[in-house]
Amino acid sequence: MKDWPLWEVFVRARGGLDHRHAGSVHAPDMEMALRHARDTYTRRMEGVSIWVVRSTDIVASDPARGEALFEPAASKIYRHPTFYELPEAVNHM
Amino acid sequence: MQPNHFEALLEVADDSLILGQRLCEWCGHAPTIEVDLSLSNLALDLIGQATLLLDYAGELEGKGRTADRLAFHRDAEAFRNSMLLEQPNSDFARTVMRHFLFAAYANPLFEALARSPDARLAEIAAKSIKELRYHLEYATDWLERLGQGTDESHRRIANAFDWNWRFVDDLFFDSISWKSGAEIGLWPLRADLRPAFDDTLSAGLALAGLAEPKPAWPIVGGRMGKHSEHLSSMLTVMQVLPRAHPEATW
Repeated sequence: MKDWPLWEVFVRARGGLDHRHAGSVHAPDMEMALRHARDTYTRRMEGVSIWVVRSTDIVASDPARGEALFEPAASKIYRHPTFYELPEAVNHM
Repeated sequence: MQPNHFEALLEVADDSLILGQRLCEWCGHAPTIEVDLSLSNLALDLIGQATLLLDYAGELEGKGRTADRLAFHRDAEAFRNSMLLEQPNSDFARTVMRHFLFAAYANPLFEALARSPDARLAEIAAKSIKELRYHLEYATDWLERLGQGTDESHRRIANAFDWNWRFVDDLFFDSISWKSGAEIGLWPLRADLRPAFDDTLSAGLALAGLAEPKPAWPIVGGRMGKHSEHLSSMLTVMQVLPRAHPEATW
């Protein structure tokens, strides 16, 4: 059991919402990963659907490269849609 | 239902209560944190079922006993659970096998109880059957994996079957009280549930690569209050607090 792989768990809280990362579980295979995810992360009615994926199957960006990847966006405030006057009717968009 | 069905209802309630308490013993001791949570979930399902059934049994009896009173202030010989469910957890394989055998029995039973003309019982069963379907799936998954895993896991699940198999006839024993309820159509005889159980059992054993069972010398008595030595020591732990402080609330 020490060599059980790690699985990332994504839970959809309600119909219409996205699956969101909830945490991770250890499990010997994908069916048991789903069971462990259900028993670990939806015990208090948190979800209506679960995805699990092997942690090693996730391709992640390198935190050490944060400067090159993310800092260039900092100077481009025009990408935030905050310069528009919203009509009254869509105020709660 | 009538007061003389009190004991028959205890048979169902006590199965859930005793197995639930046994599973709780894994809390903090399971092989991994995930399995720990899974076993606790199963345990809490069972204790929830027991609470509903014992409350109803207490009302039928008409002596003012609540679920807590029945759970914590009865001695071993007043319990009507099958001896299968009071057996010690031992290793994980034995716990899985015990749970598989129970769930294979409880699924057709609760399906039938959900169709009982007794509305209160049917409601409790309809809620419980959803939980018990998951219990059977969960136990079957582990049965298959232990059976098809390593040499050691296969040996352990095979031993677990040999250990638990002799108590299955006790699980299916039709007591006088149970028969009297069956006669007026409250539930089926347990003997009539056996073919469904045998099908589930054969399928589970095949998945695990285990041989079909050989006849075993059956041990019966749980439904009549005759238990193995393990029930008393288990109840000692379960009941110590309410018996030491009978009026305590939280």
